[in-house]
Amino acid sequence: MTEQPQNRDLPQGAQADAARAGLLRDEGGHHLPWIRRYVFSTDHKWIGIQYGFTALLFLLLGFSLMLMMRLQLGWPGRAFALLKMVLGEGRAPGGVLLPETYNQLGAMHGTIMVFLGIVPLAVGAFGNYLVPLQIGAPDMAFPKLNMASYWFYFAGGMIMLASFAAPGGAAASGWTSYAPLSVIATQGQTWWLVGMLFLITSSLLGSINFLVTIIQLRAPGMNFMRMPFFVWAQFVTSFLLLLAFPPLEAGAIMQFMDRVWHTSFFIPGPLVITGEVVNFGGGGNALLWQHLFWFLGHPEVYVLILPAMGIVSEVIANNTRKPLWGYRWLVGSAVFLGFMSFVVWAHHMFLTGMGTMISSFFQTTTMIISIPSVIILTVLFVSLWGGSIRFTTPMLFALAFLPMFGLGGLTGLPLGLATADLHLHDTYYVIGHFHYIVAPGTIFALFAGIYYWFPKITGRKLNDVLGRIHFFGSFIFINGIFFPMFIQGLAGVSRRLYDGGIQYAHAKVVAERTNPFMSISAWCLLAVQLPFIINFFWNAIAAARGRKNVGDNPWDATTLEWAATTSPPLAHGNFTVIPVVQRGPYEYSSPECTDTDFLPQHANTAGNPPAGGGMLPTHAVARSES
Amino acid sequence: MPDTHTAHALELEIPYTVGHRADTGLYNGKLGIWLFLASEVMLFGALFSSLILLRTSAPLWPRGWEELNVPLATVNTMVLIISSVTVVLAWANLRLGNFARGRLFIAATLVCGLAFMVIKGFEYAHKFELHHYPSTNNFFATYFLLTGLHGLHVVGGMVVFLYFLTFGSRMWHRDRDRFTNRIEIVGLYWHFVDLVWIFLFPTLYLL
Repeated sequence: MTEQPQNRDLPQGAQADAARAGLLRDEGGHHLPWIRRYVFSTDHKWIGIQYGFTALLFLLLGFSLMLMMRLQLGWPGRAFALLKMVLGEGRAPGGVLLPETYNQLGAMHGTIMVFLGIVPLAVGAFGNYLVPLQIGAPDMAFPKLNMASYWFYFAGGMIMLASFAAPGGAAASGWTSYAPLSVIATQGQTWWLVGMLFLITSSLLGSINFLVTIIQLRAPGMNFMRMPFFVWAQFVTSFLLLLAFPPLEAGAIMQFMDRVWHTSFFIPGPLVITGEVVNFGGGGNALLWQHLFWFLGHPEVYVLILPAMGIVSEVIANNTRKPLWGYRWLVGSAVFLGFMSFVVWAHHMFLTGMGTMISSFFQTTTMIISIPSVIILTVLFVSLWGGSIRFTTPMLFALAFLPMFGLGGLTGLPLGLATADLHLHDTYYVIGHFHYIVAPGTIFALFAGIYYWFPKITGRKLNDVLGRIHFFGSFIFINGIFFPMFIQGLAGVSRRLYDGGIQYAHAKVVAERTNPFMSISAWCLLAVQLPFIINFFWNAIAAARGRKNVGDNPWDATTLEWAATTSPPLAHGNFTVIPVVQRGPYEYSSPECTDTDFLPQHANTAGNPPAGGGMLPTHAVARSES
Repeated sequence: MPDTHTAHALELEIPYTVGHRADTGLYNGKLGIWLFLASEVMLFGALFSSLILLRTSAPLWPRGWEELNVPLATVNTMVLIISSVTVVLAWANLRLGNFARGRLFIAATLVCGLAFMVIKGFEYAHKFELHHYPSTNNFFATYFLLTGLHGLHVVGGMVVFLYFLTFGSRMWHRDRDRFTNRIEIVGLYWHFVDLVWIFLFPTLYLL
């Protein structure tokens, strides 16, 4: 840092901040070396883009692991030259996937998708980029912590990737790492635990940063009930990450000790492993791991879904050109959902014999938590009513989210009832249920977000024709993968079967009829991602060369990130003038509108001179037509 | 609320890094450390809950004082309580503008932390002499887990105090309020680490 003048007589508060403003600008300006601007940047927008790129790559990787598994599931035991080429002779001799490799691919698919793909994209990328812009803040509250958060995430991801090269391969005990299986597993599991500690650290730093930013850095007039729902969703999500991850951290440390220092936190006593007795001190409790894991695991489900709901709300309000119906219900439900998500975790454990009293308790809380989810979905559905819907590409994804998430949610109800869960537990029904929530649910919402905010980040709209091919193809094939899982599950096909179930008489027929179809759908789903990848990079490269093709507010949106700053936003500080917020986030088609059908959050109504960063609606029209 | 916001000259700067926001009454760092401590409560809460579960389901569990050194731990409790007082005195003196005495009390806190760790080291060494390791049984596993993790927190705090005694102290001459705030923040963390010990001591040693 450069030598700074003394200012010891300044009082606390705003004036001290004012004095510092001129000083720190030296750090934040454009004279930064390349490495500080593009690698170790502290600008929330660049960190968001770093998160976004990394997370999208991990999503593709996690998807690829599953594509290899689907080859084995669709045509068990058949040799594929591709498998031999990608995995090598050691993992797929002659092109036939080994069972051990199948387990590794499954465990790492779940881990990568949840912890390295979706959450970093939904929270790290979208949250980082948009929250400060939507609340009118110059950056996140702690820019350096923000950078540290990304690099912890990156290191955690690299450790997870490196674990594939560990003796015995990567973690293979499922993404849940249930003890005692995980304690006696090969070395890859230790790498998994260390990787998780990095990811937990990353998310703790990130969540503290989000909470402080939202509580402290809201622009004048941006009170809590004027925040876009997306910000509310990130707010609740951050609380979940902050409070739910530490118990998993405790569990991960204990499992690490069990594996490395031979304690017995999760080992009840000596085990017989492949005919040999292995002595542990014993006295531990395998269920304890499950409790610690699911204490994170269930809030994590809402970490996956809440930001998605936030994105969908923004896109729906913008594309129906009317305010969200029941904004207060939406906010109340999200907060209630956040609280309740801490007391439902053991509904993942009905089959463990933890007792009927506990099962009844968690069954009740699970039924209660379905209420706010239904309210949120109802609010979004009713918001469509009477709107003049613009079927833009982001809107298509957002509209598809609604029934897909609905299907995922409704199929969860039988799993929440202990009696029905006895039959359905650990079958493909469960896989179908949660994939409907996270794949055509959350991931569709994330795609909606990418198409919606791409012009914000680059100044270019993504191509609509390619976008439509991407959308309709994905919509068809993703259902082709996941819907048959319900049929399989109801027929009693267990999950985690290396051959997809054909060794079992009761499962053979249904597995043989559905698995090849599902596998073909999965590979077709990969094919229809190509238009998206081309679209994305084509436009990203064009934008990097400075070719913009839209104005600052191409969607005629009301929220601050569109209406009060340029696209792309200013490199540092975001706003030339911090806007003063006048109204709620979704003032579309308001009677107060004169020339346009929307009122930006910070705009004064016609007739009054603009105050603060106020921009007249007419001004916005001129921009959108340019 | 708008009038609490600062003038146009600084709109590109992150507000409330030092001064407090009127409606929350907090500066950013203080809210941040409270949220961090909330997550720490969940971490140690999970560990204490695990200890309770393991102990209540065990047929045999030694009494703490039978296996552990209560006098040493009592001394350590005192050391930590004294360090909690010194860290408050450090902050109070800095608030009054007395840098020399503030530094002295930061150093005193650091010495207390060091004393705690040295005593803890003797305790651990004695356990290893008796061949009591984490793998011995779940009593020692939880003992080493909880005191070890707490010890790491103490070391973390000491690193921060050492930084503020040396390189970090330059900030005082540049931005007195911000430096004082930093001591307040690390003080809050330090109190929490002490508080964890106040729970650990009876749970592990006395029950």
